[in-house]
Amino acid sequence: MTGDALAQVGAAGLFLFSILAAIPKSLRHYRETLRQIWFVGAMSLVIIMTCGLFVGMVLSLQLYYTLAKFGGTAALGTVVALSLFRELGPVVTALLFAGRAGTSMTAEIGLMRATDQLSAMEMMAVDPLAYVVAPRFIAGVIAMPLLACVFNVLGILGAHAVGVSWLGLDNGTFWGNMSANVEVWNDLVNGVWKSAVFGAVIALIATFQGYTTPPTSEGVAYATTRTVVSSSIVVLAIDFVMTAFLM
Amino acid sequence: MNTTNHSPGSDSPEPASAAYVQIRGLRTVLGGKLLFDGVDLDIPRGKITAIMGPSGTGKTTLVRHITGQLAADAGQILVDGRNVPQLSRRQLFELREGIGYLFQNSALLTDFSVFENVAFPLRQHLRLPEEIVRNIVLTRLQAVGLRGAAQLMPAELSGGMMRRVALARAMIRDPGLMIYDEPFVGLDPIALNQVLKLIRTLNDTLGITSILVAHEFAAVRRAADLVYLIAGGKIAAHGHPQELAERDSPWTRQFFGGEADGPVPFEYPARDYALDLGFPAAAA
Repeated sequence: MTGDALAQVGAAGLFLFSILAAIPKSLRHYRETLRQIWFVGAMSLVIIMTCGLFVGMVLSLQLYYTLAKFGGTAALGTVVALSLFRELGPVVTALLFAGRAGTSMTAEIGLMRATDQLSAMEMMAVDPLAYVVAPRFIAGVIAMPLLACVFNVLGILGAHAVGVSWLGLDNGTFWGNMSANVEVWNDLVNGVWKSAVFGAVIALIATFQGYTTPPTSEGVAYATTRTVVSSSIVVLAIDFVMTAFLM
Repeated sequence: MNTTNHSPGSDSPEPASAAYVQIRGLRTVLGGKLLFDGVDLDIPRGKITAIMGPSGTGKTTLVRHITGQLAADAGQILVDGRNVPQLSRRQLFELREGIGYLFQNSALLTDFSVFENVAFPLRQHLRLPEEIVRNIVLTRLQAVGLRGAAQLMPAELSGGMMRRVALARAMIRDPGLMIYDEPFVGLDPIALNQVLKLIRTLNDTLGITSILVAHEFAAVRRAADLVYLIAGGKIAAHGHPQELAERDSPWTRQFFGGEADGPVPFEYPARDYALDLGFPAAAA
């Protein structure tokens, strides 16, 4: 069992090298890369925006009552922004991205494997790693930070709606404390870095699972499930490691 | 198409041999089953060679060895003078640029229209003006009778139509070697007749080499110049289709006569039938 898991990790590592080696060749398929950015990025906007808004609203509500116990409601904007930029934005977006875009990558590539479309490409001397896998990997790395930024913006707007419009916190205090205490490099950019890494990890897991799935309907179903489970665990684990280093 | 011969593992050209594909001592074990046990086979240049044999005997596996999609356990596979097992991935892709392959299940790209499926190899490898791409694709689609279906998606096609689109795609770059894996399955008699004529015409006019994996002996008899009958991990018989049909060997008699009894077992190995039905006394 442990041996199998280690073998999978090793195979995924080798797969990553194959993808990186295929990226120069994939640049001539830039239209496919743009199509994938649209598919995994733009098409994920609705779920990301909706969830960002509600996460921000809940966060604001919980923090307002907690901070009120210490007379610190003025720090609401700062705490919400730091929580979103540093942690919740990248992590929750990554978990949603794995469920929305990761699964579709796995299922699509898995079905291409099951219906011999990848073999057909190989027989037409077209490298599926360059034409199918690398564009999805690049799309994951580019789309994830953008989606996390959108999540953060909607989260702050949700927090503002609850904290200022509903609970009566002063508007100037909300924005003023936030802009005074949030640092671009330490807080905002670190979150963007995290998002890019999460995007790469999820795209790697999703494409690896799809590419190596047994060519059966059950195989594709298991691969899709493994994408969500593995991505979620790996994202949380990497988040801890990156946070420890970026603190 | 490059018809210059290359010695195995080197790039130095050699004079073209009579055989486009030459297999020696092929041995393959798949899933614990010995599929090929020292198979020797020559596919002559410019001819249509049919590979026949009972289901599960490894016909598709053989063509996958030839195209380097699957590695054999032992043996030499020379395609146009290049030893396939020794080729790097890049060299394999170079070799495949000269091979047209019709998949058993058509393997059309489901997100592309019929037109884009057929145009795919051209767009990937050649920088041609759109007008020329359009003309080449429409010519090929006309040849398989599907010019009018150019804008349809694969999901809108019948199995037979998909096969014809796949055929148009496989021959789009005038390959030196065409491999047809079960090209007649799912075709109505009219389409079958047209595809047969197309295979024969392509071979005769372009001088290409063709490998035809098929079960339909009547069709093979009309198209092929040479037939290899594979059974029991070996070449059971080979020769001109007419000569094979008339040959009095247990292999050819059983296979071409469609008989259940013979050297090729019809039934998959199983334990005693009476025992399976729950009659131990009867079995004893």
